[in-house]
Amino acid sequence: MPETCIYIARSSAIAARALAGEMMVMNSADSTFFTLNEVATVIFQAADGHTPLREIVRDRVCEQFDIDPEQAQADAEQFVSELSGHGILLVSNQPLASETP
Amino acid sequence: MISTPRKVACVEIGGIPIALSTCDEGFLDLLRQRYDGFLSSSRPEFELEFDLTSTGPVSDDDVRVRREGDEWLIKRGDFHARWDPRTGRGSVRQNANPYSLDSVLRILHSLILAERGGFLLHAASAVCDGRAYLFSGVSGAGKTTMTRLAPADITLLTDEISYLRPSAEGYSAFGTPFAGELARAGENCTAPVAALFFLEQGPENRVDELSSAEAVRRLMRNILFFAEDQGLVEKLLATACEFVARVPIRRLTFYPDGRVWDEVRNFARNFAGNLQEVPEHA
Repeated sequence: MPETCIYIARSSAIAARALAGEMMVMNSADSTFFTLNEVATVIFQAADGHTPLREIVRDRVCEQFDIDPEQAQADAEQFVSELSGHGILLVSNQPLASETP
Repeated sequence: MISTPRKVACVEIGGIPIALSTCDEGFLDLLRQRYDGFLSSSRPEFELEFDLTSTGPVSDDDVRVRREGDEWLIKRGDFHARWDPRTGRGSVRQNANPYSLDSVLRILHSLILAERGGFLLHAASAVCDGRAYLFSGVSGAGKTTMTRLAPADITLLTDEISYLRPSAEGYSAFGTPFAGELARAGENCTAPVAALFFLEQGPENRVDELSSAEAVRRLMRNILFFAEDQGLVEKLLATACEFVARVPIRRLTFYPDGRVWDEVRNFARNFAGNLQEVPEHA
C-alpha cells in the first residue's frame, strides 16, 4: 500500500517573526500566539505546500539535528496536527498553494 | 431645519490631539471632567463626532474592530463607531456613560498607534528619576499595588493602561487618563522608558532575566489590540520584537511593601552602570 503524503502550507492569516533563533507566530483571526522551537521553526519555514512533510523531516530536520528519523517524523506529525488545529498550518494529502510568499 | 451646534473638546493623550464633538451639553461636561488634565488647545489631528443613544449599561459583549472599505468599524453592545484613517474623521453612537467613552478612545488610539509603531499596554507606569518604568501582568499581579507603594517623588503615568510610542532614544511612555483600581488619572507628561517589569508577587524582591521569546510572548499577551486585520497584526508583532530589542524587560517578583521600589532603583543604577556589559535578551 503506497505511503500517504502529507503536504503543509503556512496560513495567510498569520504573522510570524524570527527572534533569537525562535519563531514567533500569531494567528490574526483569534490573536493566539505561539513560540516555535528550532526544529518546529525548520518545519514551519519549509511548509511551502508542495514539499511532502516526510521529505522536510528527512532533508531538513534530520540533516540539521541529531534526531532519530522515526521519532522526528512522529514529532513532526504531532506538531503539524497541533498547528493546523489552531489555523497556523494548512494540511492536505495533495500539494497546496502556499498562502504566504 | 437648523441643526444643533456641536461643541468641541480637544483631548490630547500621548501627544495625539483628538477633537471630540457633541451637541449635548451634559456630555461635553462629562468629557471635560473626565479628561481634565488632558484637554488641549493643539490643532486636532483627528475628529470624532458623538451622538448619544439612550443611557444604558456598559456592555460585556466582546468588542469587534474590523475594516469595511477604507473605514474602521468598531462595535460593542454600548457603542457603534466608524473611523476613516484617511480623513482622520469618525463618528460614534454610544450611551452617555464614561466607560463607553474610554473604550472608544482606547480603541482609536490603539489603531493610530499600531500604524506608528506604538501600542497600549496593560501595565502601570511611573516616572522615577526622569525615566519611566512599566509594570505589567495579569489582573491581580500587582499593577495598582506598585503605584500605591510608590514613594512621594514618583510621578504616576497610569495604574492600568500604559501608552508607548517609539522615540529617538528607544520608547517613550505617556501619562493616560485611563485609571484602574486606583481611580486616579495619570499625570499628563512623558519620559523615556527605562524598563518593563512583568510582575509576580512572592516572598521576596528579585529581578530575573527573560529570554527574548518569553518577553515577546508576555508582551503580546498584554498589548491592547482589537483589530481583526492581518496587516496590523503583522505590524504589531514587528513592534513587539522591536520593543524587546530596545528596552530591558525583566520579571520582577515582589513582596508588597515599599522596599520593592528600592529594587527598581537598584536595577536602574546597576543597569545604567553596566550598560556595556549587560547583554540584551538572550
